[in-house]
Amino acid sequence: MTAAPATAVLDRDGLDALVGVLRAQGRTVVGPTVRDGAVVLAEIASADALPFGWGTEVEAGRYRLVPRTDGAAFAHTTGPQSWKAFLHPERERLWSADRRADGRLSVAAERPQRPSYAFLGVRPCDLRAIAVQDRVLATGRHRDRGYQERRTGAFLIAAECTEPGATCFCVSMGGGPAAEAGYDLALTELVDETGHRFFVRVGSDAGREVLSGVPGRPAGPGTESAARAAVDAARERMGRAMPPVDLRTLMGDSLEADRWDDVAARCLTCGNCTMVCPTCFCTTTEEVTDLTGDHAERWQRWDSCFDLDFSYLHGGPVRASARSRYRQWLTHKLSTWYDQFGSSGCVGCGRCVTWCPVGIDITEEAAALHDELAARLRRQDEREEREP
Amino acid sequence: MSEVPLPYRVTRVRPETADTVSVALAPAGEESLAPFMPGQFAMVYAFGVGEIPVSVSGIGDHELEHTVRSVGAVSAALCALRPGGRIGLRGPFGTGWELGRAAGRDLLVVAGGIGLAPLRPLVTAALAAPHAYGRLNLLVGARTPDDLPYAGQVHAWSASHGPPYCQVTVDRPAPAWRGRVGVVTTLLNGAAFAPGNTTAFVCGPEVMIRVTARELVHRGLAPHRIRVSLERNMRCATGHCGHCQLGGVLLCRDGPVIGWDRAESLLSAREL
Ligand code: SF4
Ligand code: SF4
Repeated sequence: MTAAPATAVLDRDGLDALVGVLRAQGRTVVGPTVRDGAVVLAEIASADALPFGWGTEVEAGRYRLVPRTDGAAFAHTTGPQSWKAFLHPERERLWSADRRADGRLSVAAERPQRPSYAFLGVRPCDLRAIAVQDRVLATGRHRDRGYQERRTGAFLIAAECTEPGATCFCVSMGGGPAAEAGYDLALTELVDETGHRFFVRVGSDAGREVLSGVPGRPAGPGTESAARAAVDAARERMGRAMPPVDLRTLMGDSLEADRWDDVAARCLTCGNCTMVCPTCFCTTTEEVTDLTGDHAERWQRWDSCFDLDFSYLHGGPVRASARSRYRQWLTHKLSTWYDQFGSSGCVGCGRCVTWCPVGIDITEEAAALHDELAARLRRQDEREEREP
Repeated sequence: MSEVPLPYRVTRVRPETADTVSVALAPAGEESLAPFMPGQFAMVYAFGVGEIPVSVSGIGDHELEHTVRSVGAVSAALCALRPGGRIGLRGPFGTGWELGRAAGRDLLVVAGGIGLAPLRPLVTAALAAPHAYGRLNLLVGARTPDDLPYAGQVHAWSASHGPPYCQVTVDRPAPAWRGRVGVVTTLLNGAAFAPGNTTAFVCGPEVMIRVTARELVHRGLAPHRIRVSLERNMRCATGHCGHCQLGGVLLCRDGPVIGWDRAESLLSAREL
């Protein structure tokens, strides 16, 4: 292994060389790029495909691309997709079964060539979201083998945040705009009087090796402290925040809250929030047969707890009302996820707020639930004082 | 094997009630699944139709039995199987009844209708080790006499002097019915158990589980000594599809058998 230093500075050409090195390793490089009025994630052939000069303006239920004069590539916020589209794809064949003329069955597991990914521009919230999905799908008694193979081979290049969006609240979920763990390389983009450049930190041996093949210059203390200052400033400019309470117990104590009726009256149960959420992992299965009827395939596809069929049991859904389905989504994210997988299911990326067609904001719902619970406890106390 | 079904061959088929069939299965090839414990379940695959979770209702040396009620496309296909037919099986999945943890204690097995299916291998295991446990009570409720699964065996048990000390009741009697009428908890008065030294195993419709568990707590059983088997939609059985969530419990992984100490609040919230 080469003894490359743990930090470096790349210019725009250096970033392109980085993409070239990764592609030369046979990796599929995926990064943000502008398509159909949004920053989407797609395979990129060079760094030129990155959204240089584009920013985003987001609010609850609203997303708009806006041109930027500084030419920055990573000044946009999270888009409608997340990396789960690649690690935990929307549709995947699990196995195929064949029935012979004498009725015997044979079943073959799926063993395709797995792509070797490099993700360029993973936001710190999304690094944490990948770690959350790792705990769900790749730890525990049973592993999702497809996920595990795609994940093991993936090279992650983080892009720290210097321009948080109006729907971001990662800091209040225990995260922040700095990449802390789980990356191979981390970039911090700087555009100032010194020029447009990317401060790079190494996070793994694989990252060090890749960086050693990229022409860059050593990072001076000035660049490093400018990068730190930009990320620290972002920490103070979060668009939103969760109420500073124990969300896990708040949800557990709010199962019968009136607020669920209020939000259910607005929610369309469209499931958009679950599709855009980078940690939502739920799937269903589909049985596909060919015309002969002797070949069958099992496919897995994303599913949503907002779908009525999701909880189907003995002729009907367990969660028939919108109230119960919204409650399932929010309590799972903020509370029961701890019981099931040892962490919160929300990293505060803000996607569900941005992409909800009616602008339902989970930070606002959590705050309302907290107010309702606090009022209920206050009334209880008063009653107890009056009737000791 | 947990993700890909293993082919099994139908060795016998026994109708239980108008809509329920028991299917005995043996591995179709050399390979077989790991041994099942009473209370665990398999994902049973009907070729070209789909897969459903079904508890084991019988565990033999080389055979497994599953009892299936025809309520949907997959279960209907399974109920239509004939000897020699092929299905796919994944498993074993889930927590079992963990009979061993009830060593030295009185056993109270309470079943509602087809809820007797997952309890049957538990009764068999307890009968096979008569000195390991206290008194073995089996209380069975069914909607009508015709809805009683394993009717031959159950009637033989209740006619004998035990063990198991078996009593049967139905909600709606048929003209020829000479037995008890009423909900299954009405049988508790006739059962011999010391509440402080009893483990209960309960399976049936959710209302029946709730009523039975509350009554048992009322009679002095510790909530965690009341083991209940629950059911939710299930697609993967490996803890990854999210369908079997019941609050913080993933039933395929943390269940289907859980203690009443955990189940009570989960079954009290509506539409959880
Ligand atoms: S719940 Fe919303 S804010 Fe939290 S991780 Fe999912 S999409 Fe992001
Ligand atoms: S909260 Fe919004 S995005 Fe989620 S299901 Fe309801 S309407 Fe759709």
